[in-house]
Amino acid sequence: MRIGAPREIHDGEARVAMTPASAKDLQKLGHDCLIEAGAGVAAGFTDAAYEAAGVTVLPDAEALWREAEIVTKVRPPMDEEMARLREGQTLISFFYPAQNAEALGRAKDAGATVIAMDMVPRISRAQKMDALSSMANIAGYRAVIEAGSNFGRFFTGQVTAAGKVPPARVLVIGAGVAGLAAIGTATSLGAVTLAFDVRPEVAEQIESMGAEFVYLDFEDSQDSSATGGYAAPSSPEFREKQLAKFRELAPQIDIVISTALIPGRDAPVLWTKDMVEAMKPGSVIVDLAAERGGNCELTVPEEKFVTDNGVTIIGYTDFPSRMAAQASTLYATNIRHMMTDLTPAKDGVVNHNMEDDVIRGATATHGREITFPPPKPKTAAIAAAPKKEKARELTIEEKRAGEVAAFKKQTKDQIGLLAGGALVMLLIGAVAPESFMSHFIVFALACFVGFQVIWGVAHSLHTPLMAVTNAISGIVILGALLQIGSGNWLVVFLSFIAVLIASINIVGGFLVTRRMLAMFRKS
Amino acid sequence: MSIGIVSAAYIVAAILFILSLGGLSNQESAKRAVWYGIAGMAVAVFVTVFGPGVHNLFLILIAIAAGGFAGWMVAGRVQMTEMPQLVAALHSFVGLAAVFIGLNADIMLHDINTLLAVNGLEREALALLDPTELLEAGGGFFGELTGFGKKLALKDATEIGILKVEVFLGIFIGAVTFTGSVVAFGKLAGRVDGKPKKLPGGHMLNAASLALCLALGLLYLTGAGIWTMVLVTLIAGFIGWHLIMGIGGADMPVVVSMLNSYSGWAAAAIGFTLGNDLLIVTGALVGSSGAILSYIMCKAMNRKFVSVILGGFGGTTGPAMEVEGEQIAIDADGVAQALDDADSVVIIPGYGMAVAQAQQSVSELTRRLRAQGKTVRFAIHPVAGRLPGHMNVLLAEARVPYDIVMEMDEINDDFPETDVAIVIGSNDIVNPAAQDDPNSPIAGMPVLEVWKAKQVFVSKRGQGTGYSGIENPLFFKDNTRMFYGDAKKSLDELLTKIA
Repeated sequence: MRIGAPREIHDGEARVAMTPASAKDLQKLGHDCLIEAGAGVAAGFTDAAYEAAGVTVLPDAEALWREAEIVTKVRPPMDEEMARLREGQTLISFFYPAQNAEALGRAKDAGATVIAMDMVPRISRAQKMDALSSMANIAGYRAVIEAGSNFGRFFTGQVTAAGKVPPARVLVIGAGVAGLAAIGTATSLGAVTLAFDVRPEVAEQIESMGAEFVYLDFEDSQDSSATGGYAAPSSPEFREKQLAKFRELAPQIDIVISTALIPGRDAPVLWTKDMVEAMKPGSVIVDLAAERGGNCELTVPEEKFVTDNGVTIIGYTDFPSRMAAQASTLYATNIRHMMTDLTPAKDGVVNHNMEDDVIRGATATHGREITFPPPKPKTAAIAAAPKKEKARELTIEEKRAGEVAAFKKQTKDQIGLLAGGALVMLLIGAVAPESFMSHFIVFALACFVGFQVIWGVAHSLHTPLMAVTNAISGIVILGALLQIGSGNWLVVFLSFIAVLIASINIVGGFLVTRRMLAMFRKS
Repeated sequence: MSIGIVSAAYIVAAILFILSLGGLSNQESAKRAVWYGIAGMAVAVFVTVFGPGVHNLFLILIAIAAGGFAGWMVAGRVQMTEMPQLVAALHSFVGLAAVFIGLNADIMLHDINTLLAVNGLEREALALLDPTELLEAGGGFFGELTGFGKKLALKDATEIGILKVEVFLGIFIGAVTFTGSVVAFGKLAGRVDGKPKKLPGGHMLNAASLALCLALGLLYLTGAGIWTMVLVTLIAGFIGWHLIMGIGGADMPVVVSMLNSYSGWAAAAIGFTLGNDLLIVTGALVGSSGAILSYIMCKAMNRKFVSVILGGFGGTTGPAMEVEGEQIAIDADGVAQALDDADSVVIIPGYGMAVAQAQQSVSELTRRLRAQGKTVRFAIHPVAGRLPGHMNVLLAEARVPYDIVMEMDEINDDFPETDVAIVIGSNDIVNPAAQDDPNSPIAGMPVLEVWKAKQVFVSKRGQGTGYSGIENPLFFKDNTRMFYGDAKKSLDELLTKIA
């Protein structure tokens, strides 16, 4: 198949859906790659680099849409692009079918197949093509960088010759992919980071990234496993409690990064006007939910402005595009993984398998039919979190009692064993003659010594141990030596063989042990 | 040489053997310890050969020279990956020698009885004579006897009874050890299919054979001839063969340690027969060593010794947990990239590394990574490989320093701080199902917690399950990447990408 990526025509969009690296991988799947001239320039990929990777560079969008059987894009197609979509062509792109019913209809009428990258189901198998996550990751990172460049102080606390600098306090609202990326970036820059999420089960993830979870004491908290890992709207009581907590935090916070989104709804307002006013001058708010109205009441989408009390509010909606090289690389890889699933035989033939959860979920139109919304996937995204009972800490008395009981049991076992052993010895001694008993004592003592000695052998020397015990068990040679002088030819013959093989054991065992031990060396 | 000197020398030898085993507690003292063992053996053999009652010196020298030469050749040539089969083969020799010596003991007992009858002597009367009278009794035949023969002639009826029990035990254990070790050798060397196989009847057949052996033993005690012991040899041989045939390849560490133990007990039984304390002491040392090794191996697999010996996995209580996700492959470039970025690397070798003979490549990889200033360590599970401590020997052979080769308990807590874990040819010992899934056949087995590392690469030939046939959820984890292919080829390809 011919896969082509046109230049993005949306204003200011710098990303591109194919990179030279992803093109090479696509060619390994048996596909041919096309690109519109200049498509990668904004992201730092020259036409020459594409050509070097074996991609055919076409002069304009017209030619590309004509030649390509599969078109890969980043932004949802604009009107003029929809017009170029033709029968049998496949479009892989962000599409937002829920908000784009009209475009969906046009694609169906044109007879094209649309695979919406934003509809890839959230199951672990599909993570590698989850473009929303890869873009959110970039947005989270960039949000912190953007905040830093507008924040007049260090992130990390320092004690310098010129005075002490306190660390910046960052609050991240919403610990999705973007939120976690923001937490990671902020903590690694040295800021004291707090994070909040309505889903209590993410507390562990937040803490693992080095931030402090803002704990809200509330009875009926959400379990996100029912909603595919996304947050759901919260109850009014919960919201009140949450806002009160934020109001309490606002004066101490230098940077707010808000990422709270609920699928299919406007962003919830979590940072109200009075909170902005309570913040110190010089503070920064980065609102990653700006495209959907913003988490901050004052956010102006796509703009950055400074409030009267000196708080900078950033409402950019194009963070991934601001890091076009990185974003393109990740997005192109997501697309490449999607193509890998679409071409299972790696022979350049697309097998659009509607039985496959991932492909079915992402397909918005196929075969002149609208296939959105998809049925519920067969595998649940995340296993429901079991309600865990925390193991009760043992008190000191209980611990002590446990130790005493264990000691008692040990003593009892040992005494039992000794008594049993003594009884067996007595029984044997009662019947066996004295000559046997003297040997038996030797035997019992040797077993005892053996057990004591062998426990001390290092695990790493177990093979040499086996080899050396092999060698010394060749001591049976003594038995044969004592018999070989017999007058019976059969006895002589059998002892001769026994001496022979026991010597193999002795010499072979010792030599191989020595060889092995000589190999062990220290660095 | 007098009996007194011989006994003194035996004490010296026994102490040297104990020191030799005790010295294996660490790598440095072990190098000295092996010399204690050699010295002990030399003393023991020397005083026995030149001691009283040993004849046919010429034959002895030929046998020792031939056997020693064969042993020297084998020890010099064996590859370290072939250690398990060598150890198994050596066990079989001890078993066979024990059988021969046991049979000899009975033949000699019979001969002595005939001699006594011919010369018209009673055992009870003989025992009352003093040494000089003994030499003259019955026309002076007594002086012609071997050391063992003299002892036999002086035994009373109870002692003869005990002797017969000892002969029976020596032959029985020896024969089981012999055929069991031969089968273990075949399986380890790949000449016999490693899968468990049983004849119809399974363990009932073994139990029946055992009962038959005991019956024959009773017959022997009550005076039946040597044919009973020959039959016991054959039937015990069958038990050994059938028992080990029924045990699969990955349980071999337990089997080999068990046979190690048996060879020791066989030697001890022979020691009782001959009334030789050095044999008893040495046999007991070897026997308890093998028993402890078997115990350690079973503990490491969280299985009962009996269930290993009876073969197969049993006792699952419900359906195994569903494994979600998919195995994601990666190529050498990806692994090289990750290693380049990593600071700490842990390598987990398994039997697959030995099969692919990849230890040299692993060592080279380690050397290069360490040269770049990265921390590289090895995590060894007690049952990795086919022999206790097998991996340690292979890595030592490939010149990996032993102080970066860690035991499971030493390193398990460090995985969360590890950037890259590389699993080379091991499977069940890194299976998280052992901890997560109470229904798994290996539930409760201590495992290396590699999945806690930031990234895991698994070098594996294909997508199949391991020996136990258990699906390994590790391969499906988000932080796991599968590096398919023969371990040696994969690593060599990787080496071309790492400076």
